[in-house]
Amino acid sequence: MKHQLPNLQYPHNALVGAISERTLEFHHGKHHQTYVNNLNSLIPGTKFEDASLEQIILNADGPIFNNGAQVWNHTFYFDTFSPNPKPSPEGDLLNAIEVSFGSFDEFMGKFTNAAVTLFGSGWAWLVVDADGKLAITQESNAGNPLRKGQKPLLTCDVWEHAYYLDYQNRRADYVQAFWKIVDWRIVENRFK
Amino acid sequence: MAFQLPKLRYEYNALEPYIDAMTMDIHYNKHHGAYTNNLNNAIAGTQVEALPIEEILREVSKLSPAVRNNGGGYFNHNLFWEIMSPNGGGTPGGELLKNIEKHFGSFNEFRDKFSNAAATRFGSGWAWLVWTGKDLQVFSTPNQDNPLMDVSDIKGTPILGLDVWEHAYYLKYQNRRPEYIQNFWNVIDWKTVEEKFLVATGK
Repeated sequence: MKHQLPNLQYPHNALVGAISERTLEFHHGKHHQTYVNNLNSLIPGTKFEDASLEQIILNADGPIFNNGAQVWNHTFYFDTFSPNPKPSPEGDLLNAIEVSFGSFDEFMGKFTNAAVTLFGSGWAWLVVDADGKLAITQESNAGNPLRKGQKPLLTCDVWEHAYYLDYQNRRADYVQAFWKIVDWRIVENRFK
Repeated sequence: MAFQLPKLRYEYNALEPYIDAMTMDIHYNKHHGAYTNNLNNAIAGTQVEALPIEEILREVSKLSPAVRNNGGGYFNHNLFWEIMSPNGGGTPGGELLKNIEKHFGSFNEFRDKFSNAAATRFGSGWAWLVWTGKDLQVFSTPNQDNPLMDVSDIKGTPILGLDVWEHAYYLKYQNRRPEYIQNFWNVIDWKTVEEKFLVATGK
């Protein structure tokens, strides 16, 4: 099975103000594309040749895991954004956030902290844990919560390539801007 | 005594066109500066406060992650600035060249092995040329780890290091890490690397 780079749901300039057109061009057109290409060149002749990305994330190691998980992670990340985002969650998701973190503001503070303090390359996640509770986690490099039996709801890419052209060393400014483009309608749908 | 950000021996634009002035400025002042400050904060009031950085790193497994991350970041960048020069490039000579040929076959084979270690490090990290006490080895470490640390798979004295965190090259090279690695060979100050080799081997 040949993996494909999914199209973005919005133009490259749709997130300007938070993420520049140039960053999206490289991030989607080069980085995400390279993970797809690398994966397609790694899997022929292996037991992952016809595997889904989820199967690869659960079962592969080394370069096949790294590239497969990065394909999945980037698709999930880009799919969260919208030029006209719903600015905050409602309903069941909001209730779950309040139960787990106290309030939406407290959740944002904790998630922001997880994203800012992850050392090196990686991802901050909001997940549904095995016990059904919401949790905030950090994963290094290509790490993905599916591997731990968690259901991902939201992620922030804190590899430097996600923000360096726009923010350089100021990762905290990037994470602040990230909140402006998260479409909570999409996160609510993932939670259902 | 707190650790200080060491002075650069060259201007921010001195390594152009291989490393651009804006990258040098941000890399040195912001990234290296932050590692220095964070290291000082992490060791303040602890029993390693007065130790040289090398000694702190040798027992880093007993210390907080903040010391490992920022102590590594402090030492690694010190070394990185030191082994580059606007008059760099070419090949090493003397004892170092002899040893490179002995352990890797030829300088070109060493260069390919080092470049490959730098290109294949997934995520953030460093590629190293290290004197282990017995031989020269090339390998890479994640994040700000280095071969002085007791947590490193291969331990020894680093005499050459290449930063492959994206912040080291992204403004100029973006996703093209191999091009950055190729250009690094034009700015290596082999005289400094040779001196470090002689100190490491006690020759």
